[in-house]
Amino acid sequence: MAHSADSYYVPHSSYWPIIASVALTIGVVGAANWFNGNSTGQITLYIGLALVAFMMFGWFGAVINESLKGMYNEQVDRSFRQGMMWFIFSEVMFFAAFFGALFYARALSVPWLLGEGIGMSTNMTLWAGYGENWPTNGPGNVGGDFQTMGAWGVPALNTALLLASGVTITIAHHALKAGNNAKTVIWLVATVLLGIIFLGFQAYEYIHAYHDLNLTLESGIYGSTFYMLTGFHGFHVTLGTAMLIIITWRAAKSHFNPEHHFAFEGVAWYWHFVDVVWLGLFIFVYVL
Amino acid sequence: MSTATATHDGDHHDHGPAKGLMRWITTTNHKDIGTLYLLFALIMFFIGGAMALVIRAELFQPGMQVVDPQFFNSMTTVHALLMIFGAVMPAFTGLANWLIPMQIGAPDMALPRMNNFSFWILPFAFTLLLSTFFMSGGGPAGGWTLYPPLSLQMGDGFPFMIFAIHLAGISSIMGSINVIVTILNMRAPGMTLMKMPLFVWTWLITAYLLIATMPVLAGAVTMLLTDKFAGTSFFSAAGGGDPVMYQHIFWFFGHPEVYILILPAFGIISAIVPTFARKPLFGYSSMVYATASIAFLSFIVWAHHMFTVGMPVVGELFFMYATMMIAVPTGVKIFNWVSTMWKGSMTFETPMLFAIGFIMMFTIGGFSGLMLAIAPADFQYHDTYFVVAHFHYVLVTGAVYSIMAAAYFWLPKWTGNMYDEKLGRIHFWISTISVNVLFFPQHFLGLAGMPRRIPDYAVQFADWNMISSIGGFVFGLSQLMFVWIIFKTIRGGEKATDEVWEGAKGLEWTLSSPPPYHSFNVAPEVK
Repeated sequence: MAHSADSYYVPHSSYWPIIASVALTIGVVGAANWFNGNSTGQITLYIGLALVAFMMFGWFGAVINESLKGMYNEQVDRSFRQGMMWFIFSEVMFFAAFFGALFYARALSVPWLLGEGIGMSTNMTLWAGYGENWPTNGPGNVGGDFQTMGAWGVPALNTALLLASGVTITIAHHALKAGNNAKTVIWLVATVLLGIIFLGFQAYEYIHAYHDLNLTLESGIYGSTFYMLTGFHGFHVTLGTAMLIIITWRAAKSHFNPEHHFAFEGVAWYWHFVDVVWLGLFIFVYVL
Repeated sequence: MSTATATHDGDHHDHGPAKGLMRWITTTNHKDIGTLYLLFALIMFFIGGAMALVIRAELFQPGMQVVDPQFFNSMTTVHALLMIFGAVMPAFTGLANWLIPMQIGAPDMALPRMNNFSFWILPFAFTLLLSTFFMSGGGPAGGWTLYPPLSLQMGDGFPFMIFAIHLAGISSIMGSINVIVTILNMRAPGMTLMKMPLFVWTWLITAYLLIATMPVLAGAVTMLLTDKFAGTSFFSAAGGGDPVMYQHIFWFFGHPEVYILILPAFGIISAIVPTFARKPLFGYSSMVYATASIAFLSFIVWAHHMFTVGMPVVGELFFMYATMMIAVPTGVKIFNWVSTMWKGSMTFETPMLFAIGFIMMFTIGGFSGLMLAIAPADFQYHDTYFVVAHFHYVLVTGAVYSIMAAAYFWLPKWTGNMYDEKLGRIHFWISTISVNVLFFPQHFLGLAGMPRRIPDYAVQFADWNMISSIGGFVFGLSQLMFVWIIFKTIRGGEKATDEVWEGAKGLEWTLSSPPPYHSFNVAPEVK
């Protein structure tokens, strides 16, 4: 290992974690006040988010500096890798909760409202006349009539874009391992662009859904699951794109070498994770 | 596999801790952070305990005497949230921080800065949660499970409570990632997985459960938040959603959570019983497999919390049988502890008393759990004081007893001073008598039909409630002794040897008492 130190690096002490805790708290206090309709909420939330961004630059900056100074041995590198994998696993479980809600509604609660199985009396006494299977905004027609998003227009294109970005980042990784920095940067830029185009299409799709289809967050259980799943996914793509931009910049500054590039791999794993979540979304939200 | 040797940045060899308050705020040291976690848990234990005493004061007699019903409901709700997320989980995490690096021969936790972050979110999270009491509408009063639609009727405090849960969840997830990575990546050479102390094993599995389920809780409470503020219909039947869906998602988190609250306790008991029986643990590998089995089963039993909400019969049967299966690996553990004591050279110092108390009383809680697992019987028990008695036997005389046992067991190692053995034993006996006076009558109340979460009750329940309340006040006040004993031990006392206990085995006992600031600067060789 080119950058190995002979001992496991334990940082002396750090101000970043407490800054992070304070920043997160300011952010959520702001968000909570905003939800409650207090005029100061929004600005407090933005202050909190700005502090979170400041903290991330500072904290990751400190880690990058230590890494460049060669203070991390192979074992430290392994800790980072394993940490990132478990973090991604926790993200998978977060999405699992929303997929679970989708499956539960489609397989159980909507059929019960329609009178299947144990729901017969519910349908007869509470929701007589409700006969609309998926997609549905419920017996109360919450949010008004709506149309669904077709799978084979923009969503299919977005699937192709994300799959292509999975290929481009792999090419970048091979270039990095071959020591070809210029090629790495070019393919990373391509990945970033694919991510940004994806987000653009997603924004276009939301506008289209709100304006032309009357498909909103308030369109009953269909709108709830559609927007929360695609919305959280889009948020993760945004984060992933930001991470990609940072490692592109770092690759351009030759921070990585063929053996030592955890940051690159961590971001690549994250990117593949949002890719896989999208495939699940495409199949279960759009196609089926 | 591991090459752990010396620690920290090159020119600071053998530095001690920084001075003053900033030492605790900026620390990256696993022992400092462990201490912070344990102190935080102790404070939360007393705030949550005070709330329990408000509950018991109101229930001392039938009729409304002390608080109004809304406040009573917020007491039961926040008592539970504080004790689960603020006391027991941080106490176990504190023990993990102190012990895991010492038990596996590592210099520190794998990700020390994130370790600090995991802890320091908690005071903010719980300040947010407690601040809801001062907001319009008061604190959360819909039960700690936050079932909609009731929980959505909370006042201004609602989003603060949700975000407090998010922050506590972030803390747990980061803490668990740190534990797993430390165990998998930082073991001393020769410390193979099947040589690890059981406390390390149980925490490894607990951390896995946390990473798998805390995000699900985050998802569930996020849906509550958007249902209230963003017009979604996850839990509203009018929009095609289902309030019962919340319960499924919540308990998919909630059931593994109860094992999160008990598996580290199993690890602690598995360390203490062999020490004072002066025999190796009986059936080490079966203990490991039993722990893993319990963790696996914990993911497929969640709907036993929901037998009465309405579920197809197939579901009731599946969850009933799956739940009963958990008794098998749990029984393996109980029998292994008993077999460890069989023909041992037993002595009964305070940690051992608490450990034996744990085994006896946790088993009572386990048996009442088996009764609750029987779906047709649960139709009678559901939402009665029988359930309250059941989970307090597993959580107070289970989880909390194990934490106290651990405190007495390792405090001499941490501080270098022996605790006052006489006071420790008095603490144990007062606690054990009063806790049974407190919770055992609640079985009778529940079987007689007294519902939980009510501030008033029919007069036929008066006698046992009064007895239970007396037990509650004695138990609560006797915990002040625990604080006094800890305080006294930190201040001074008879010096502890490195080994502390005659029968103690494991790497942490090879270090000095108190141990050096960085545990193993040179990785020990484990044979």
